[in-house]
Amino acid sequence: MANSSSTDVKVLGAWPSPFVIRVRIALNIKSVKYEFLEETLGSKSQLLLQSNPVYKKIPVLIHGGKSISESLIIVQYIDEVWNSGPSILHSDPYDRAIERFWAAYVDDKLFPSMKLINTAQGEEKAAIVEQAIEGLVLLEEAFQKSSKGKAFFGGDRIGFLDIAFGSMLGWLRAIEKMGGVKLLDEAKTPGLVQWAECFCADGAVKGIIPDTEKLVEFAKILVKMKGAPLGKN
Amino acid sequence: MAEVKLFRTWSSPFALRIVWALEVKGIEYEMIYEDLSNKSSMLLQYNPVYKKVPVLLHKGKPISESLVILEYIEETWKSKTPSLLPEDPYQRAMARFWAKFGDDKILPLIWEAFIKQGKDQEEALVAVQENLKYLEVELRGKKFLGGDAVRFADLAFGCLANLVSVFEEVTGVTLIDREKFPLLLTWMQNFMDAPKIRDTWPPRDKLITKFRALRETLIVKEPK
Repeated sequence: MANSSSTDVKVLGAWPSPFVIRVRIALNIKSVKYEFLEETLGSKSQLLLQSNPVYKKIPVLIHGGKSISESLIIVQYIDEVWNSGPSILHSDPYDRAIERFWAAYVDDKLFPSMKLINTAQGEEKAAIVEQAIEGLVLLEEAFQKSSKGKAFFGGDRIGFLDIAFGSMLGWLRAIEKMGGVKLLDEAKTPGLVQWAECFCADGAVKGIIPDTEKLVEFAKILVKMKGAPLGKN
Repeated sequence: MAEVKLFRTWSSPFALRIVWALEVKGIEYEMIYEDLSNKSSMLLQYNPVYKKVPVLLHKGKPISESLVILEYIEETWKSKTPSLLPEDPYQRAMARFWAKFGDDKILPLIWEAFIKQGKDQEEALVAVQENLKYLEVELRGKKFLGGDAVRFADLAFGCLANLVSVFEEVTGVTLIDREKFPLLLTWMQNFMDAPKIRDTWPPRDKLITKFRALRETLIVKEPK
């Protein structure tokens, strides 16, 4: 699987989606060239409906005509197919279990609570922010354990959990800005503050995470369209 | 001192997935039953984030979240056949996709149908049936989701085999139409009777009592 023409690999996605960002980072790590097919906001292409009939959502990876959906499943697929490139998941089963656990936590708990910050107000908002920060503190602890003093959850290089969580950084910053809140800070999550900088500067990530301003503008468009700042993608 | 311990409850379908995986692969383990109304200090120590079962303890190291545990079992006991996941990366991705689909769509929708009534319940049931269609298609030409034998995706959906009839008895409503889902119903029977699986089911009468009581406390009244 070392050689694939760029038409062999397609990613159906959209620039603001953190889930799509995961797939693009993974392909970059493996130096895989791909065609990025951008979906239009508010409509779903025929190709999307055909290749992901169950969820009709992005991202979808199309490789050699076969479609794979669900971002974390796609990232694992990429790791397994392009296995001559740098590894994305750890090699030890227990370390893999830990990174899968926290990646699922980001999707099941952290990101949903972050999204709620936008629509909440007053006391409810304060409670949700506190909940999100508690979650980030848990990830800070996980970071300290996993990184073992290195820059990333994956060690010297970006790994599965770096991708799963790092892909959210654009929206995390946008939510901080829109909500007038601080989620990552030096006091409670110093490791993650440093990690975020390293992650965004990494060669495989550079240019993929949208500017905070762009996402804030996009969120405004979403509010107009759906009445909620962050719909499900 | 057993090398492998599984924290479970008598009824948790998620913990049952792990029982099945360990039994199918012939891995020796010790079962520790939890009472979730009175959680042990061990459970709280080993799963501080969710405080739930199942938790697998292997050589003193805990792993939580059933699908994460299944992957761990598969990767750790590589030499123990059968493999729960295929070799081919695309087939692996599909197995993982279906398992996640169960957890993200099917099971939550069934739960909604369980705790609702009247029109709300009807709507939830329609959604369940819409999504079960994908499974029905996936089962074409196969005895199990994994092919000839029970594999990863079968373990993920296995709880349907015993819980659908419990649901139907407690609610008095049909969850899976016999005419619309013949393959799914055959699969449920095959899974129910599969070797290593057939002796693991929790007692049905106890499940009926439990879910009946649960429904009573949780039932969401239709808005007037």
